[in-house]
Amino acid sequence: MTVVSLETYAENTWCPGCGDFGILAAAKAAIQELVREGTPLENIVILSGIGCHGKIVDYINVNSFYSLHGRVLPAATGIKMANPELTVIGFAGDGDAYGEGVEHFVFSAKRNTDIVLVVHNNMVYGLTTGQYTPTSPKGYQGKSTPKGSPEEPMNPIALALASGATFVARGYAANKKHLIWLIKEAVKHRGFALVDVLQPCVTFYNTFPYFSKHVYDLQEEGHDTSDFMAAMEKAREWNHRLEGRVPIGIFYKVEKPTFEEELLKGRRPRQMPYIDTVSHVLKQHI
Amino acid sequence: MREYSVLIGGQAGDGVRQAGQMVARIFNRLGYYVFGYDDYPSLIRGGHNFSLVRAAEKRVLNHNPEVDVIIALNKETVEKHAWRLNNNSLVIFDGREQIGVEGSKVLAVPMSAEVRKRRYHPLTRNTYALGIMAGALQIPLEILKDVVRSMLRKHVEENLELAELGYEEGKNHAIRRVEKLDNDPRPVLTGNEAVALGAAKAGLRFYIGYPMTPASSLLHYLAAHEDELNVITVHPENEIGVAMMAIGAAYAGARTMVGTAGGGFALMVESLSLTGQNEIPVVFVVNQRPAPATGVPTYTAQSDLHFVLNAGHGEFPRVVVSPGDVDEAFYLAGKALNLAWKYQVPAIILSDKHLAESYMTATFDESRVKPEEPVLWKPNGEFKRYLDTETGVSPMAFPGTPGAIVKVTSYEHDEYGITTEEPEVITKMVEKRMRKVKYIVEELKREETVKVYGEGETAIVTWGSTKGAVVEAAEKLGLKVIQPLYLEPFPTWAMEKALKGVKKLIDVEVNYGGALARLLKTYGIHVDAKILRYDGRPWTPHELEEKLREVV
Ligand SMILES: Cc1ncc(C[n+]2csc(CCOP(=O)(O)OP(=O)(O)O)c2C)c(N)n1
Ligand code: SF4
Ligand SMILES: [Mg+2]
Repeated sequence: MTVVSLETYAENTWCPGCGDFGILAAAKAAIQELVREGTPLENIVILSGIGCHGKIVDYINVNSFYSLHGRVLPAATGIKMANPELTVIGFAGDGDAYGEGVEHFVFSAKRNTDIVLVVHNNMVYGLTTGQYTPTSPKGYQGKSTPKGSPEEPMNPIALALASGATFVARGYAANKKHLIWLIKEAVKHRGFALVDVLQPCVTFYNTFPYFSKHVYDLQEEGHDTSDFMAAMEKAREWNHRLEGRVPIGIFYKVEKPTFEEELLKGRRPRQMPYIDTVSHVLKQHI
Repeated sequence: MREYSVLIGGQAGDGVRQAGQMVARIFNRLGYYVFGYDDYPSLIRGGHNFSLVRAAEKRVLNHNPEVDVIIALNKETVEKHAWRLNNNSLVIFDGREQIGVEGSKVLAVPMSAEVRKRRYHPLTRNTYALGIMAGALQIPLEILKDVVRSMLRKHVEENLELAELGYEEGKNHAIRRVEKLDNDPRPVLTGNEAVALGAAKAGLRFYIGYPMTPASSLLHYLAAHEDELNVITVHPENEIGVAMMAIGAAYAGARTMVGTAGGGFALMVESLSLTGQNEIPVVFVVNQRPAPATGVPTYTAQSDLHFVLNAGHGEFPRVVVSPGDVDEAFYLAGKALNLAWKYQVPAIILSDKHLAESYMTATFDESRVKPEEPVLWKPNGEFKRYLDTETGVSPMAFPGTPGAIVKVTSYEHDEYGITTEEPEVITKMVEKRMRKVKYIVEELKREETVKVYGEGETAIVTWGSTKGAVVEAAEKLGLKVIQPLYLEPFPTWAMEKALKGVKKLIDVEVNYGGALARLLKTYGIHVDAKILRYDGRPWTPHELEEKLREVV
């Protein structure tokens, strides 16, 4: 079987060596494998927020919705509920998903919408030149916090779990094979799937040396992905300080009814006919 | 003109609104045109609520401050509204004590006590009172019973029993006979209900909303009628979520509408601008209420005209419609949805509390609204979501279409949907989008875009729900009325025609600054006088008549 080409003519403008290249490569490979395994290419939709990460939609030749900063998830939810047959994969920044649009993050997890969210977590606002984000460690010095960030970082893995996400994982942009596997697992999972990806920003916060030495694979070491408390414990093992070991892999995975199933109750929005009269309703108003 | 007005007053939780709607339906079944106005503060229990129902031989779009009957569920109602009574009026009062109201007949009936004695639901008291009213106005009991059966789901037998009891008492104190007219009953709708039905008839698939008065009842209505109208309703986390979900759903091919008041729309403004860039059709219902900020949530205003016209960063075409009654609400909701989809632009239905929540007789012809075909991609050759065409409208395809890769974006982009910063491409795409205005205007020239009532050298210009009071007052004074139904693109051609021969132009609105007058000025139309109010209340014909006499 031939591999579908996903190239576009858009010029890639990421800094050489950026962790985003690893996510792009893994995303393309995952999409190609999904297509090879039977998902029609036209049924795949990707979205992105605004930031360096957002450019990914210009670099993959597939249906795409380049959204606003922080607004990947409600748009993805709208797409999925209007056409549940689509495979919907969102790409967002850490500033995007955990800052500007965090309410949608909490609610998408709570609803269990059947979409995938890949977060390019570089712990900085890349495109706006390196300010601290919700996941920057306390004391991080960027242009908006020259005296050091006064805040503790947010723990998105723990937040996703607490919000009700049914698939919670972390990848590393430099572990391409592992990331392809995670994205595919996330797509196959029915429900809201978070793949938070450690994505070093070589220009503003080069974390490659640290992560390459300190990540370890949860699945290799053995972890019960159906145990919520164990997942929470693993989530809290590391929180964005460049200290200690960093678990990657699937933290948690359970089955629950999805938002679309509960909302649509078997209705197929794109196939429902237009009504040809409202007279039956008008009668109730007499 | 034969007409009757009834006021029902009590506390929040007393079922005043429903009782008002029952009165409206009684008169509807007698062949009258009806109009019902609800006045209620923003609270759930206590306070003072009242409904004013007016029934007349001719179409009426406003309440009458003077009433023939007051149903006072408490003493406060009598105190607050005694000024509305005339020599022929009747007060039906829930209580034992005989209270004096100068010049009017008072019928004190201990209704609550009777209901309590029978251990019936407290709200059955309202039917008791309506029974008394029906008796006093010599309205056939069967009509009231029929309304009870059609409107109430619970305690029907108890209600019917109390209707009869009340009727017997009322009969002994008859003040008038309401004659039955030779008209079939017609649907009685609120502005929100008419918008819901008009949009549904034009193919609405999703309605998405976050509760906010006076738009909540639109969400509730569509949620209650999902299966009858093939509409799916969603209530997300906030208005940003609402607007973005709508854009996502429309991108996937579903006709989608959202609704809110000014404050919620403020949160949607960034998304509105996104629809300007990615050309995804979404309809926004904006129901005005007094602002800024939380303002006066349950009252009315027309102070968001320029907000709605100018909302969103950047330049992009939009459609703004302004219905003034339920018929216009039905037609314009359908038109807004169709225009949005045919031209891939955002469309805004600008309404207000007075239209959205008041109920009135509908006479629209539903066959005039149906889904109109958007420009769709025919599977041949390469698909370009933003193909530059003569009309500026690019044939659409939705994800899931074999052979089409549908790339939409918030960045400026080339025809394929890939980000661009090239000056030539930017210029071309801005012009492509703005070119659509010309074709929207061409289509609007075939539509009724400005309504004209009466004739003469003195004209009143007004918009939205205010036209109801204006038209009635103008009729009495022999003045012409001009009401634009479209505020963007502004129908200059039709205004020019309407203004022919007009020597004096008076602007009537419900805001402080004269928003419409300001808009007209940008098109070179100057008003000679403005009659404005900004107390949260709609104009009534009587008040306007006085004001108009001063300036004419
Ligand atoms: C509403 C809004 N606020 C601010 C911005 C400016 N802005 C663009 S990208 C960005 C930060 C992006 O950071 P992140 O989401 O972490 O993405 P990254 O660039 O790191 O990939 C900001 C604040 C914007 N585009 N929109
Ligand atoms: S600024 Fe950082 S995140 Fe952005 S492209 Fe450069 S390296 Fe990558
Ligand atoms: Mg970032």
